[in-house]
Amino acid sequence: MEAFAGQLLSGLSIGSVLILIALGLTFTFGQMGVINMAHGEFIMAGAYTAYVLQNSLGQDISLLVAVPVAFAVAGTFGLILEMVLIRRLYGRPLDTLLVTWGVSLILQQLARDIFGAPNVQVRAPQWLGGSVTLAGAQIAISRMFIMALVVLCVVGIWLFLNRLPQGARMRAVMQNRQLASCSGLKTHGIDRMTFFIGSGLAGIAGVALTLIGSTGPALGTFYIVDAFLVVVVGGLGQVRGAIIAATALGLLNSFVEFSTGASIAKVVVFLAIAAFLQIRPQGMFVMRSRALT
Amino acid sequence: MSIASIRKDSTRSAWIRRGTFLAIGLLLLVVAPALLSGFRLALLGKYLCFAIVAIGIDIAWGYGGMLTLGQGVFFGLGAYCMGMMLKLQEVGPGRLPDFMAWSGIRELPTLWKPFYSAWFAIPAAILVPMAVAAALGAAVFRRRVRGPYFAIMSQALVAAFAVLLVGQQALTGGTNGLTNITRILGYDLNNTANRRGLYFVAVLCLGATYLLARQVVQSRYGRVLMAVRDREDRVRFLGYNPTIIKVVAFSLSAGMAGLAGALFVPTVGIISPATIGVVPSIEMVIWVALGGRGTLIGAVIGAVLVNLAKTSLSEAYPGGWLYLQGLLFVVVIAFAPKGLAGLAKLFKRRTGIAGQPQTDGSTVAEPPSTGIAEPARISAK
Repeated sequence: MEAFAGQLLSGLSIGSVLILIALGLTFTFGQMGVINMAHGEFIMAGAYTAYVLQNSLGQDISLLVAVPVAFAVAGTFGLILEMVLIRRLYGRPLDTLLVTWGVSLILQQLARDIFGAPNVQVRAPQWLGGSVTLAGAQIAISRMFIMALVVLCVVGIWLFLNRLPQGARMRAVMQNRQLASCSGLKTHGIDRMTFFIGSGLAGIAGVALTLIGSTGPALGTFYIVDAFLVVVVGGLGQVRGAIIAATALGLLNSFVEFSTGASIAKVVVFLAIAAFLQIRPQGMFVMRSRALT
Repeated sequence: MSIASIRKDSTRSAWIRRGTFLAIGLLLLVVAPALLSGFRLALLGKYLCFAIVAIGIDIAWGYGGMLTLGQGVFFGLGAYCMGMMLKLQEVGPGRLPDFMAWSGIRELPTLWKPFYSAWFAIPAAILVPMAVAAALGAAVFRRRVRGPYFAIMSQALVAAFAVLLVGQQALTGGTNGLTNITRILGYDLNNTANRRGLYFVAVLCLGATYLLARQVVQSRYGRVLMAVRDREDRVRFLGYNPTIIKVVAFSLSAGMAGLAGALFVPTVGIISPATIGVVPSIEMVIWVALGGRGTLIGAVIGAVLVNLAKTSLSEAYPGGWLYLQGLLFVVVIAFAPKGLAGLAKLFKRRTGIAGQPQTDGSTVAEPPSTGIAEPARISAK
């Protein structure tokens, strides 16, 4: 029972970080057909932001400051990427994949040159130390903080999409770009906003990850493949899909890993996803459309 | 242009092509071995293995529109099949490779037993990757998972494969992989003459792969494959089954990667998960992109050039190479999507030399079909 609860919690905390990462991807993928491989490096940018702030502000308040700052930093990275490169590549999803991979190589090397190749450590503030016992399992308070942060972000995104006019515009472009454009929306500006928000969420995910492990130039590459799998399983541009798929992936990974070991777990998860795509090739939730494919 | 002049043109360019093929063959078989030291020749042999992988990727991606980011899996399967055989021959019957002994294994695992025989191992190096690719391809293409979705699935496959190889230490040698391979079929690989022989085998395999690929893309099948790349639904409406067409092309490309892996192991003497993970697999794609997707010779040249640059630059400035590689991805894909072959064609047209006929993959006029992202309906800007 204790082991079960422990696995449940570790699966949930990894899953919740995956939610943040995958939300950004599912927006950009769903709205613009862009596969952003550099998304992982926005996570890294967020994590290093937390590191830099810790060094300048001290570790007690830096984490709280880091969340909005990392959002802005990673979002700006995303905005620049969109304006310089990605806007030239709309309608060529496979090409954006390769171009953004190149960008991610450059960003990783930049991080290596600026912060050095070895991993750096962000120390959790005092008030996040320790753990509480719940259902017989020890839960680190930092993990609960991560989950709370993710819930906050998801609620925020939900409110944004469903309550604010900007969110409504974003949904409109995601559902039918041409019709939205005909209705007078400046779709390109909305694309930029989407890219900013999506990348910013990756930055927040980066801050959360500093509480789980150390930060290095290759941080993003550990999560990018899983995050894309979440998008594939959840369905394009689907907030619900991303949340359910990320949680499921986190839990599945955690439990299979517990019973068979880490190396088999990856294969089992891959096979499970391949099997899932046999049943629902377009993911859990599908945006209704009359498009042929 | 009149039909007669087209015919004249195409026979002329066919002769040019045959001439180029022979010239490159001579260069590789006669000039290179005469001029290069044993070490450099082995390096060139390694590049030629990569060129075989590149031809395979070109068939899947350049001609079939399937961006496979998981070619490392097939390369790795071929390499490990070969490596297991070489390891077993080295230690002799009844004994275990050293890393198994370190992991506390007493008896040879069942998986390894058939690899005593070269008659099993060498065909397996090609057939196992083909079978895996066919299985994955059948599963995903049947459900019309394509475009970016397929790319992501292939990348997830290679991620899982690399983790599996590292994790199953006792079976695969873990992170170190299979090392210290010094003999093949009784020949000592430290001997210069034998290494040279191995190089010739690599050249011949590359030539055979090239000719096979050429036949495939020029056949009726190749034309349908390109049609699937450009408009899969139309091909389906015409009564073809795109699933089978794509599975065959994907499986063929996997077989080529497997062959390359099998050649790579004796040439380099080591195979480890580091050579076949997510990152190396996507690097393989840039070889094809740089040379020019949709032209076979472009794939070969791209593979050799990129690896040459990598070897020479990463010795001097390791960091610089990573920047350059990143820039290659960005510049080539965004601004010269047809690669060197496209630039060469542009140059020919500018200078007024007759262009090649429109059959050799120059139909990559528009980017490969956007596949499943279609619902987003993004108008190309």
